[in-house]
Amino acid sequence: MGPFIDPFMDNGFMLRALLAGVLVSIACAVVGTFVVLRGLAFIGDALAHGVLPGIAGALLIGAPGIVGAIVGALAMIGGVTLITRRSRLSSDTAIGLLFVGMLALGVVIVSRSSSFTGDLVAILFGQILGTSWSDLQLQLAATIGVAVVAAVCARPFLLLSFDPEQADVAGFPSRRYHAIMLILIAMTVVVSFQVVGTLLVFGMLLAPAAAGALLAHRIGSMVLIGCVIGALSSYLGLLISYWFDLAAGASMVLVAVGFFFSAFLFASWRDSRRSPELARPTGPSVAETRS
Amino acid sequence: MTDRLDAIVARGLAVGYRGDVVVEGIDLRVATGTSLALVGTNGSGKSTLLKTLVGLQPKQGGELTMLGAAPGAAPKRMGYLAQFHASGFILPLRAIDVVRMGRFPSLGLLGRATSEDRDLVDWAMRTMGVADLAKAPLRSLSGGQRQRVYLAQVLARRADLILLDEPNAGLDAGGRERYLAAFAAELHRGAALVTATHDISEAIEYDQVLLLARRVVALGSGRDVLTPDRLMETFGIVIRDPHAEHAGRFTVAERTHGGPQILDLGRVPDERPAAGSTPIP
Repeated sequence: MGPFIDPFMDNGFMLRALLAGVLVSIACAVVGTFVVLRGLAFIGDALAHGVLPGIAGALLIGAPGIVGAIVGALAMIGGVTLITRRSRLSSDTAIGLLFVGMLALGVVIVSRSSSFTGDLVAILFGQILGTSWSDLQLQLAATIGVAVVAAVCARPFLLLSFDPEQADVAGFPSRRYHAIMLILIAMTVVVSFQVVGTLLVFGMLLAPAAAGALLAHRIGSMVLIGCVIGALSSYLGLLISYWFDLAAGASMVLVAVGFFFSAFLFASWRDSRRSPELARPTGPSVAETRS
Repeated sequence: MTDRLDAIVARGLAVGYRGDVVVEGIDLRVATGTSLALVGTNGSGKSTLLKTLVGLQPKQGGELTMLGAAPGAAPKRMGYLAQFHASGFILPLRAIDVVRMGRFPSLGLLGRATSEDRDLVDWAMRTMGVADLAKAPLRSLSGGQRQRVYLAQVLARRADLILLDEPNAGLDAGGRERYLAAFAAELHRGAALVTATHDISEAIEYDQVLLLARRVVALGSGRDVLTPDRLMETFGIVIRDPHAEHAGRFTVAERTHGGPQILDLGRVPDERPAAGSTPIP
């Protein structure tokens, strides 16, 4: 079948990597859509870095990395929530300091380990080619979980993105659903770090969904476009890394970011073509004013 | 039904933010099927009062019952239009998706939309004259068209109590007419209506008018309350036009320099209106 299929047919690790990439892409597209719509990119970034000291600490005491990641993510959510509710400072500043602090703490902890650089690179950039079948099962469960929760909460999430006050008035408490949203982001970050690493999970969370936001006129199609772009990025990234011997996780994210900028250029071109029409007043409002 | 039910009952209500009282001593009774206009300058407490009524802000004192319960306890029966601020990023939504959100309180998390819900959405969009924009992306609409879509969302709720914060903003003449007719029909249906507005000629049509200036200036029927003296207390400047006065049409403006003043168009004033005042039409 040629160079586009063979790598995945001949090598079990490549097939598992592809499956992992697609699962992560789906979870990231669903969650990333709301991250983009609600402007939570910075909090998402903070979460992605917040798990680092957790993972590093877990590795140091010999616990599973995922347990440390959960602890780190929960600590980060707690910190971010405290800051956004209490601080009179711009939350950007406080969250930024929090995540730099967590990143530094992670590096300090890793520096205690014997294979400093190897561990750090693995945590930051992932080990997608080392994905096992049990990793895949966990990712499948997490992806299904994220998708189900997002489907159930679709209405409050939509209201929250539209206007948090409208969510409150409509009987969907904005604080509760904001917290659920943060937990979904954390869950996605925690299960995705093995595949693309904590540094790059953020790219997979943001780039496909942001491309979707530029191209779509509906939130449903935005999620769908995000999934397709994410899955395509996983496939192309793995293929490129296989044939050119490049880092797999970073290649995937690079392709996804490439898709985003292509979408950006396309959308700008499309809007510039459409704008003369918009400038010319049409529709019922004009007819009424004239009558 | 012979007796009208109370939609809003407030006694000695104080509203504000985090212990910072903006207006206190508000006594209100709004029956179903009747209307209340909140009139005052920017910062007079209109929006704060509305937010307290819908349950977004905790009251700072006094008693408040909304539809027989605490504020915010009956989301399915309440419709609220906030003052929308133009945001830099507009969601990838079509106009109809925004109006459909009006049905969410009744549908809850997982309820399936029925043909009745779809009919209400269609009816609301036709009523506000945006039915043919249903599939248009929200970001392609003008500010006035968007305001019509938001008003259609409130209509689609079929609420028993409707609270609107400056619904006129950005509407053209046709949009304003549709808005007035639509919400007059909602009143007729039996809903109670509370509207914060700068528009004196609209407010005078309401059953009750509450004049606010970080305190209660007056509460009563439009004709009793919207007098030049009271308006001057509220706004600081009143432009009197004898040709339009029969309709209670005073033009009000905020006076930024000097004391309160009544401009009488019958006599040409010696002084030009202060900066910031509304030009005489």
